[in-house]
Amino acid sequence: MNLSAILLLAAGLFCVGVYGLLTRRNAIGILLSVELMANAVNINLVAFSANSGSPLGQVFALFTMAVTVAEVVVGLAILILLFRSRGGVLVDAAQELKR
Amino acid sequence: MIAALGFGIIASVLMLAAIRVVSSPDLVRSVLWLALVLVMTAVLFLTLSAPFLAGIQLLLYTGGVITLMLFGVMLTSRQAGVEIRNEIGAISPAVLFSTILFGIMGGAIYRSSDALPRPAFASAPAPDTEALGRAFLTEHMLSFELLSVLLLAAMIGAIVLARRRDFGAPEPAPPSERTARADEETRS
Repeated sequence: MNLSAILLLAAGLFCVGVYGLLTRRNAIGILLSVELMANAVNINLVAFSANSGSPLGQVFALFTMAVTVAEVVVGLAILILLFRSRGGVLVDAAQELKR
Repeated sequence: MIAALGFGIIASVLMLAAIRVVSSPDLVRSVLWLALVLVMTAVLFLTLSAPFLAGIQLLLYTGGVITLMLFGVMLTSRQAGVEIRNEIGAISPAVLFSTILFGIMGGAIYRSSDALPRPAFASAPAPDTEALGRAFLTEHMLSFELLSVLLLAAMIGAIVLARRRDFGAPEPAPPSERTARADEETRS
């Protein structure tokens, strides 16, 4: 188990997340894909931290976790607002800012 | 050898579950597959000698975020269990784009693998939880406090966004009482 294998795994998870971000039309599916991508980044940070012996990577991974949780909370609040105002959470139906 | 085998099992379960997260048409199942991804990530953190992060991952994500996501899925479906199907949009350009992205990143990792320390995880002792706590409370004190401010702001923002508009307004009197009072007024 060397560092390159873990980096490859994280890159694969990130790309799966990018795929989900591009294909999902339901906003909750998009949030799930963003979670996947943030998770891949966390794996990278922890792997580098274990490799170098410095706790800095784990500190950053904890910051990323907290910021992601805050993002999910605000995102779900916006989704509930969107659902209440137009009865659905498909992202291509919300186009008010385009006009 | 055993470590490589374990890493292979963890990695394949992670990739399969991640693919199920983005390809499952049912969003509830998608959220549950994401829970599997997060738990397996916690196991990976354990093997990377980060037990504190593994615990935080289990508590925060599998405990908090998955529950929140399930509530979100069920609150935004029109009737429970009916309209949580998720249309998957244009597929082939997205597959092409993410494959190219993975090719670029994988190529970069492969080319720089000589620069990485070859017997990884052996040269330096892994950071333990004590070192993590010291780093948090000495060197990164300001960011730590800023993080708590961020969490507070997110909490208040979510409450303000998701509350009903008439929250806190004085409740109108129930109609029976109102008519009774009106009757009294007309009588007097």
